[in-house]
Amino acid sequence: MILQVQDLTKRFGGLQALTGVTFDLPEGQILGLIGPNGAGKTTLFNVINGVYPPTQGQVFFRGEDVTGKPSYEIARRGLARTHQVVRPLTDLSVRENVMVGACFGREHQHLRPAARLADEALTQVGLIDRADQPSGSLNVAQKKRLEMARALAAKPHLILLDEVLAGLNPSEIASMMATVRAIRDQGITILMIEHVMQAIMAISDRILVLDYGMLIAAGLPEEVANNPQVIEAYLGDPKMTAQLLAE
Amino acid sequence: MKACQTPGFWLPLVIVSVWGGVVLLIHQDTMRETAFILLMAVGLASSLNILLGYTGYVSFGHIVFFGLGGYTGFYLLSAQDWPLFAAAIGGGLLSALIAGLVGLAVLRLRGAYFALATIGINEAARAFVSNFEPYGGATGMFVNFSVYQKYGGPGPALWTTFIFLWITALAVLLVSYLVKHSRFGLGLLAIREDEDAAMVMGVKAPQAKTITYVISAFFPGVIGTLYFFKNGNIEPGDAFQLHMSIEMLVMVMLGGMGTVMGPLVGAAGYQWLRGYLLTSPIFKDLHLAVAGAMLLLIILFVPTGVVGWVRNHVRRLQKVLE
Repeated sequence: MILQVQDLTKRFGGLQALTGVTFDLPEGQILGLIGPNGAGKTTLFNVINGVYPPTQGQVFFRGEDVTGKPSYEIARRGLARTHQVVRPLTDLSVRENVMVGACFGREHQHLRPAARLADEALTQVGLIDRADQPSGSLNVAQKKRLEMARALAAKPHLILLDEVLAGLNPSEIASMMATVRAIRDQGITILMIEHVMQAIMAISDRILVLDYGMLIAAGLPEEVANNPQVIEAYLGDPKMTAQLLAE
Repeated sequence: MKACQTPGFWLPLVIVSVWGGVVLLIHQDTMRETAFILLMAVGLASSLNILLGYTGYVSFGHIVFFGLGGYTGFYLLSAQDWPLFAAAIGGGLLSALIAGLVGLAVLRLRGAYFALATIGINEAARAFVSNFEPYGGATGMFVNFSVYQKYGGPGPALWTTFIFLWITALAVLLVSYLVKHSRFGLGLLAIREDEDAAMVMGVKAPQAKTITYVISAFFPGVIGTLYFFKNGNIEPGDAFQLHMSIEMLVMVMLGGMGTVMGPLVGAAGYQWLRGYLLTSPIFKDLHLAVAGAMLLLIILFVPTGVVGWVRNHVRRLQKVLE
């Protein structure tokens, strides 16, 4: 198991963001994380990679307890992530952005090898033509690719992808999916949050469903898609939904 | 070394070397005094830039390190009879130590909170030193005249001080360049752009910020010792002047924060303007107001400063002006 999450709970004052989330992620898989808006998906990412300490529960990464460790410690152990709301380092060039990933990620490279790794990662995500531009000048789809390149350049064991498909047009989605598969084929494990159902169902080995901070279902994509609780979470009353769908 | 071939590396160093060299050759007292103030401004602005320009943390009270380091160096050379060089390093090290300790606490603050805390530290240091007997309390300290004999009398002592300051200014510019072009510096720039994203990518932000704060506090301490030795006395009112902090900010912003060349250009530009204002009958009491208005205009219209503006508009100069 590359990632084990046990009984993870996070409270923000009176808001219960996560309640007793437990799951395992075996190496080499793509695990999809879905759930309605506000279900706690991004919070789960933030607790796993150390942005917030959990209120309760534990996170094991490659067998080591990383619960409550600062995010830079966890990044150095080989866990990289992208952000739902893209966070480019605006005044730095695209290449420099990716070099930050390579310099401070798992391999902790020096500047020169980092520049080479950055170019490799940019080639993989299809941004190499823009390497010398300031990252602030990219459009949203390109910024999402930049986030991926930064994560890849860190040579991580596990990548957390937070809605890399959101806001992309169909052809951009197709090419992004190909990129995600290519990353998995490199041997990097992936945990991804996604709202584009068709895409996540097609690409994931397994799916987790989060609703109001609790895991309500886990399993193969087709199992999850037919789970009445999941349908209820997304659409409301399952009987009514079945009726409506039948009509 | 490859760096030696880039103009961005050697240009600021050559400018300051030649400038100091010319002053030494001409060997004129008034010229030395002018150059002293200018080099001091370059050194202070460049040290502040290492923190402000690279990490984006605005230290409003950076002059505290000039004051504390100056006091300590002054104490070491006048009361403990240390040689000037050692005393200046001692002053710098004390400033660095204080920055390290204070930094662990205040660098947890961001934005305006950090800026306010640094002002508080400056005021606290002033109050402390005013009541600290070994440092002469509110009246301060004077150099024992016999100290000058070590350097062959007061005249030569001033030249020795000038040479030390010249070397210090060169050292700040060198460190500024090396920091900017290192992996450590890349981490700092990442912190400046988005600290949380930088940490998620593995940048040890708390440690990196503290080290930077320490570096940017060391040189003002050295410069403070040299300055007050040149003056011959030190007192709390002179050592912790908040307006000097603001002037440091104006110089960095005017030249261009986050560049090596910027603080040099900004310091020269601002000191020239200040000299003009102080001697003009209309503006002589208003030079700080002009500095404030200038800071406002720069932030509104040329946030990248002179060097940043030139870099953005003349592509060919990008490699020349780092």
